[in-house]
Amino acid sequence: MQDVKLRARDAGASAPAPRPSALRRIGLALTPLLWLGPSLVLIAVVVLWPVAEMVRTSLLKISSSGVTLGDRGGGNYTDLFDEDDLVPVVLRTVGWVAGVVITTMVLSLAIGQLLNARFPGRRLVRWAVIVPWAASVLMTSLIWKWMLDNYSGVVNRVLLDLHLIDKPENWLAHPRGAMLWMMWVAVFVSLPFASFVILAGLQTIPEDVYEAARVDGAGPFRTYFGITLPLLRPAILIASIINVINVFNSFPIIWAMTGGGPGHATDTTTTFMYKLAFYDQNVGESAAMAVVNFLMILVMVLLYLRASRWREEVR
Amino acid sequence: MTARSAPPAAARRRTVRLRTVLLTATGWLVAVAFLLPYLQMGVTALKPEKELTKSPGTYLPGHWTWSNFTDVWSAAPVWTYLRVSLTVAAAATVVTLACALPAAYYTARNRFRGRNAFLLLVLVTQMFAPTALVIGIYREMVALDLTDTLVALILVNAAFNLPFCVWILHGYFSSIPKELEEAAFLDGAGRVGALTRVTLPISMPGVVTAVVYTFIAAWNEYIVALTVTASPDRKPLTVAIPSFVTDYQAHWQFLFAASLIAIVPVVILFVFIERYLIGGLTAGSVK
Repeated sequence: MQDVKLRARDAGASAPAPRPSALRRIGLALTPLLWLGPSLVLIAVVVLWPVAEMVRTSLLKISSSGVTLGDRGGGNYTDLFDEDDLVPVVLRTVGWVAGVVITTMVLSLAIGQLLNARFPGRRLVRWAVIVPWAASVLMTSLIWKWMLDNYSGVVNRVLLDLHLIDKPENWLAHPRGAMLWMMWVAVFVSLPFASFVILAGLQTIPEDVYEAARVDGAGPFRTYFGITLPLLRPAILIASIINVINVFNSFPIIWAMTGGGPGHATDTTTTFMYKLAFYDQNVGESAAMAVVNFLMILVMVLLYLRASRWREEVR
Repeated sequence: MTARSAPPAAARRRTVRLRTVLLTATGWLVAVAFLLPYLQMGVTALKPEKELTKSPGTYLPGHWTWSNFTDVWSAAPVWTYLRVSLTVAAAATVVTLACALPAAYYTARNRFRGRNAFLLLVLVTQMFAPTALVIGIYREMVALDLTDTLVALILVNAAFNLPFCVWILHGYFSSIPKELEEAAFLDGAGRVGALTRVTLPISMPGVVTAVVYTFIAAWNEYIVALTVTASPDRKPLTVAIPSFVTDYQAHWQFLFAASLIAIVPVVILFVFIERYLIGGLTAGSVK
């Protein structure tokens, strides 16, 4: 075995061979392309091309039937910034992301802790928590829409039975209430992932750290805020940033529950962008909105990369 | 927390027991909270249509209409939608794996120029959901004359799930000692033989996780399918089921029967890969 290993190492060390011929050097330089090629092609065609196409479209004048009529310079952007609905939509998006992510993180800290504790049936509870993650977000949104139905929804029925309301409420008809309920649904579908990241973070904290705290006489409160929370920092950071990006991009919830309406009253930038292109047939302006969205995500991605310090992790 | 400073053993045991009871109760409550909407789906799917228009709504079906689950197949071409979803998800999974396997293997085994750039590109791709790019994707598919085709859906799903697969497989391959593989290589198995006979079997959990995750993500994809498909026989289930409830009809029972048909199998699959998921999604940054 020892022998094999040694010889194997020799055989494997073919890269710094004394003087490879030019042809062989080119061959060596190209081998990575052979292995990475399929991935690179796929990313180039399906991710990079649309990015470029989006930027290009945002500078074009396009008729409502989709025919390109020529260059437009920054015209689509000025049109976009002149939209009366833009500022409210952007502000709403910020509120939507902040509200959903903060609520999700607070709840997931508790749920992660719970899933990490020992009790009978923990496995089943973990499986239950995973369900909204595996289920289609669209279908989850539709069941919430049905439960909130003003006429025969179960939410009204429960609240009526508890005498919390005295007549059925049309929850999704008023922008304010609709927004709050949709944020709740977004929290609901975001919780599984966030909770599981927290759980994974908790499992990396060695038991003896707690042992030491106990010996030092730290109470549960101090142990949590002095040890658990600081050690969870990386997990919290990763969960929140991925959550921010997902919630920012979230489309099916709003699309299924209110369609962004009435008017643009419950739109976020994502649904706003979608309506510009496919309802108003204003593809150029929609692309401009998409580019603005994209830049915002890019900033978040950069934050993510800094947060995860990915270089250290690449083995 | 139980105090270590030796209180009477009986008292301590009581605290521990109380703690377990409380934890169990909270745990089960949380589980029910997460399942309630899906139970509501089941209950709604089992009501006859006339019970659905009662106000206020009823908790349980007055008449348990199990036939909804058989009638739904003829109420709409559900089988066609399922077939589209299945084709897209399966094909996307195959394409993703075909691209991710070699890339993950090569980056795990070799140091070369551009390796970090490649891994960074993959990580950045993971951050861009199709939603952000949907306008660009749509314009591209128009240019390629691929609108209203399954090929478009397959490509998009494959590409956006590639990062997760590359990362999770990269992690698995890196953790397998090179020597193991080289021994097989020297025994005359060849590079590819060593990969398929030694490395792949050990990496099976990673491969299964990648497969299941991609399949489910493609199965549930909505916005691109909504945008690029038009004809009924090219619509996956996610895009098709909302049409059970329109301004002219309200077949909520069929909508949720079809939803459950789509949800239950993938939840079961997801449960199998539960413990491997986090590592892949967070690209090892938690640890």
